[in-house]
Amino acid sequence: MSVFEELRSVRSAKSQGKRDNKAAFFFLLPWLLGVVLITAGPMLASLWLSFTNYNLIQTPDFIGVQNYVRMFNDPRLLNSLRVTFEYVFVSVPIQLVVALAAALVLDKGMRALPFYRSVFYLPSLLGSSVAVAILWRQIFGQGGLVNQALGLVGLHNLPGWISDPQFALGTIILLNVWTFGAPMIIFLAGLRQIPDMYYEAASIDGAGRWKRFLRITLPMLSPIIFFNVILQLIGAFQSFTQAFIVSGGTGGPSDSTMFYTLYLYQQGFNQFDMGYASAMAWLLFIIIAIITAVTFVTSKYWVFYDN
Amino acid sequence: MTTETATRALTVPANGRNRAQRDASRGIKRSAWSIAKHVIMIALALLMLYPLLWMVVSSLRPNSEIFTNPSIIPDSFQVQNYATGWNALSDPFSLYLGNSIIIVIGAILGNLFACSLAAYAFARLEFRFKRLAFTIMLLTIMLPFQVTLVPQYIMFSFVHMLNTFWPLILPKVLGTDSFFIFLMVQFIRAIPRELDEAARIDGCGHPRIFFRVILPLMTPALATTTIFTFIWMWNEFFGPIVYLTQPHTWTVQVALGQFIDNQTGGDWGALFAMSVVSLIPVFLAFLIGQRFLIRGIATTGIK
Repeated sequence: MSVFEELRSVRSAKSQGKRDNKAAFFFLLPWLLGVVLITAGPMLASLWLSFTNYNLIQTPDFIGVQNYVRMFNDPRLLNSLRVTFEYVFVSVPIQLVVALAAALVLDKGMRALPFYRSVFYLPSLLGSSVAVAILWRQIFGQGGLVNQALGLVGLHNLPGWISDPQFALGTIILLNVWTFGAPMIIFLAGLRQIPDMYYEAASIDGAGRWKRFLRITLPMLSPIIFFNVILQLIGAFQSFTQAFIVSGGTGGPSDSTMFYTLYLYQQGFNQFDMGYASAMAWLLFIIIAIITAVTFVTSKYWVFYDN
Repeated sequence: MTTETATRALTVPANGRNRAQRDASRGIKRSAWSIAKHVIMIALALLMLYPLLWMVVSSLRPNSEIFTNPSIIPDSFQVQNYATGWNALSDPFSLYLGNSIIIVIGAILGNLFACSLAAYAFARLEFRFKRLAFTIMLLTIMLPFQVTLVPQYIMFSFVHMLNTFWPLILPKVLGTDSFFIFLMVQFIRAIPRELDEAARIDGCGHPRIFFRVILPLMTPALATTTIFTFIWMWNEFFGPIVYLTQPHTWTVQVALGQFIDNQTGGDWGALFAMSVVSLIPVFLAFLIGQRFLIRGIATTGIK
């Protein structure tokens, strides 16, 4: 069961048998401390800080909703939202389509499956590292690998992709697509679960390849698609390292790779404007919560549960 | 559902084999398609790995060639870049590697400790507020860490823990990586309850059942947790650049980030060399722990 199905079923679960309150308390003690000290406490604190002006040195100064008002009048922040949305809503669909396509090709009794699976999965593990971001910065730079390769086929005077505001974000989107291996593995596991007899029955009824994909594979896989969509969306909204390294921490050129998290980092840990950074964090939280909720609500129209 | 998926994928390879046999019997048209598929897949695999291979090969080339030589055929073996890179920052790279290793080990131990205990409670015990606690645990998986970052930073600065490894390790010891709790809960649920019952009849309490029965049986889940924690913490960047600002506390990732900032138009060879060094541990973890990684990701679906 995935996290989301757990959430769905947790409401209906009835507790049974005798209770072990004392034992449970001790087993959960580290986690409980974590919830209070590391999660819930700081969450409430950051909610309060978001209504203050605070620079770490002076005591926080309560200023009401001013930080929130300021956000909606901050052109750089609004731009960072636009950049982030573009990144999320372009890279996640492409990444998932590639992941699904690769899984479909690999699924049907393909030889050397473990080999391909490993090769395609490896970038997912390396993709968030600084080293790969450095590599990306070279590859898509003026004299980088991409332009060297294009030079070999006669294309010259190409832009430095990462220093051109038109293309810089695209290179980071490509980096995210490159890490399609993780969702691919989840798709592969999901495909294995679809009973062969469905396909056999459909073939007997004369359904072609395409029809079988539309009528069997997609509906049967929809819970897995849903799962991947939510996870990748949440993850993509929080992307940071790639934009930070590729742009040298600036979000440039011309703020074209200024991810929301990068702007938050600059406000909080360069300017030490902790009140504003907290307000920004809460806005991010609200945006992610709304998008997750919308995906959940619409899921009943497109996610098919086989029970 | 995804757990079933994962276990099936692992335990029923026969299914795939039958399919392969059936496909094979469909004749020559099939095999032409199959060759085409392999050609496409190999091309794609090469395309995906090309940048990485090129970085490794380039790190062994003279500096100037990085902007002129796009081939991945190894043609020179200069280790000079590695020597230069190793000592390019205020401390030798070994210090940053050491810092990263300490943080990673601390995080692994923390996760194994807190998550396995919590998972046992969620999977095997009945207690008050269980549903509430379980829901909170699931929701925190989806919580963006930025929401708690600023107050955590303030808190750790009040207790004078900035520029120490504690802000990175302590949250793990307190089980905030609830993703792994979830993974372990799934695993423990699949262990037959009869084993617990037998131990109980023999007079074991929950601590003994946990240590003697459940923990030994859940080693695959512990291995998955170990490898994922290793790779994620090794690559972790946001936390370390916030908490570790003094050069001698830098992790490998922070040091690399500084390295690229320091050099203007400079030494890409050395930078590549140290980048390769920073990727080696992840690559080794991947080689050794692939089985657990793939199982873990199929079970819970987070990269």
